[in-house]
Amino acid sequence: MMDVSLPPRLGGIADKLNGPNTLGNSPAFWAAFAVGMALMVAYPLVQGSYAAGQTSLFLVYGLLALSLSLIWGYTGILSFGQVAFFGIAGYTYAIVSLNLGGVFGQTVALPIAVAVATLSAFVLGYFMFYGGVRDVYVAILTLVVTLVLETFMAQTAGSEWSVGSVQLGGFNGIPGIRNFALGVEGASISLSGSGFYWFVLGLLLLTYFGARVLVNGKYGYALVAIREDEERTAMLGYNVKKVKLAVFTLSGALAGLSGVLYATWGNYMDPSVFTITFATIPIVWVTLGGRESLLGAIVGTIIIERLRLWFSVNASEFAIVFVGVILMISVLVLPRGILPGIRDVYVFFDKHGVREGIDRGRETVQTRVRTLLGSAGVDVSETDTPTGSEEVVE
Amino acid sequence: MSTPEDINVRQKPAVAATGGGTETILATKQLTKKFGGLTATDSVDFSVERGELRCLIGPNGAGKSTLLELITGQLSPTEGDIYFDGHDLTDMEPHERMDAGISVKFQSPHIYESLSVAQNLRVPLERTDRDIEEVLEKTLDRISLSEKADEPASDLSHGEKQRLEIGMAITLDPTFMLLDEPVAGMSVDETADIAELIRSLHDDGMTFLVVEHDMEFVRKISEQVTVLNQGSILRQGPIEEIESDEEVRRIYLGENA
Repeated sequence: MMDVSLPPRLGGIADKLNGPNTLGNSPAFWAAFAVGMALMVAYPLVQGSYAAGQTSLFLVYGLLALSLSLIWGYTGILSFGQVAFFGIAGYTYAIVSLNLGGVFGQTVALPIAVAVATLSAFVLGYFMFYGGVRDVYVAILTLVVTLVLETFMAQTAGSEWSVGSVQLGGFNGIPGIRNFALGVEGASISLSGSGFYWFVLGLLLLTYFGARVLVNGKYGYALVAIREDEERTAMLGYNVKKVKLAVFTLSGALAGLSGVLYATWGNYMDPSVFTITFATIPIVWVTLGGRESLLGAIVGTIIIERLRLWFSVNASEFAIVFVGVILMISVLVLPRGILPGIRDVYVFFDKHGVREGIDRGRETVQTRVRTLLGSAGVDVSETDTPTGSEEVVE
Repeated sequence: MSTPEDINVRQKPAVAATGGGTETILATKQLTKKFGGLTATDSVDFSVERGELRCLIGPNGAGKSTLLELITGQLSPTEGDIYFDGHDLTDMEPHERMDAGISVKFQSPHIYESLSVAQNLRVPLERTDRDIEEVLEKTLDRISLSEKADEPASDLSHGEKQRLEIGMAITLDPTFMLLDEPVAGMSVDETADIAELIRSLHDDGMTFLVVEHDMEFVRKISEQVTVLNQGSILRQGPIEEIESDEEVRRIYLGENA
């Protein structure tokens, strides 16, 4: 359910953050957000620089998830191509920074890499949207482009595949990418561990606020309108192709930024970023967190990646299977995702009161579990549950 | 009813829709659309005068919807041209045609179900530099949905959804309105509401082209009727003449009457 109350136009940037197209706009939301942010900022101080460095990867992925939330969650275009722009930017950054060398080379490589990713998204988007590719065909085409990149990059092992002094390296990829640094020789900052963590957290926060302003502004209506009914929106005078191209390009740029940070985080770049597994993972993050929620995309990313890390340490072969199971459970229990689910619960208790809310909630859960077990062929007799109510309470 | 002059300042109503001295607002020249071997519209020369309220009738498969979609730009013609209010529409994108002053209401309600009623009306307005709150209030009043402004559009009845979509289409102050079976599936009361809404917009000078099956509704709103059959114009004229025409009765009305 969208927030239907329209905030008074008070002016100021803080006011622009709230609006009909974000789920959390209340003071309670912002209070919880502030507490969450404080914990995130304090994390390196508690856990130490090494852990912060490891965790910063999740925040890097958070940017990638935001890019998918914008194009898929808000505009309704399912793209498997976010990792393609992510990888293109990562490779470009590696090639440019290693060729130029030095801190200055790294500084210059950042905008160049993001620009190349943005341009790639623009070109692909132009041919798709102006060529009349729609709906599921966009998903297929973006996936194909990603897989073609994987195949191509994987066969670049020979020494003939080099750009300047950098060899593309086939399956092994490009090693030796240095930690993130900005500036010129003598006056530069190099970021790793806690410093990199805070830097990425800051970027993620800025991007999140930027995206909130975007979706709650004039443009946001166009995005949601295109998601809901493309034909109607065109017949209300919107240049649908142009809007779709603009959002696709913007989300390509965000994915590119994420890719650059990824390359500097791991100090290498290889074709695994173009695999079907990695292309699918952002969809899982965003589905779990709630695709119509920007913050949900980030939260989903952190949860999944945390679990993936745990599984890969403790049961490495099954990591991706567990992720699949988690996705299936979340789709069954919280079809709209975790954050919209939490908001629905909050609204539910707000409406019914705590006491009645708990009763109704219990009935709902019992009914759902019984339906689920029943459909799975398990014999569910009335004695299993004391209340025995069949009423579905939504 | 709010002051309609503010919503529609472009045209004065045509005094006599049937009479001479009026100006052609829409004209198709030899308009042909083929789908493979099927000719949906066959060299149609069709025109609508400014300020007119024209109904387009015909049996299923006569080419009514095709003609409508050629005008909105959802389809592009195989041959022929479309002119509208000084523009050659033939190669224009749908959104450019809307900017030229055309608006459309689809047959089944195309509204944004997850948005509120007011937000639905905001979508077309956010793009423009018009005074959103003012137009919003007037439009809500005009389509009699002021009380439901903040309700989710998915909670509206079928008739209310149809009114809301007409509301969305008129926020942009169109000169020419296309309606595809605006009362399909509606109750008698809902049909009367729509008829009154259309008549009041027409009185303010809006030109209408209405595709309709319901002859009673056609009689209620329109004086001029065009009958399409097998992709060509069969007859055109005042409603009384059309209804008494032998061939029209045989081909079309015979089935309904």
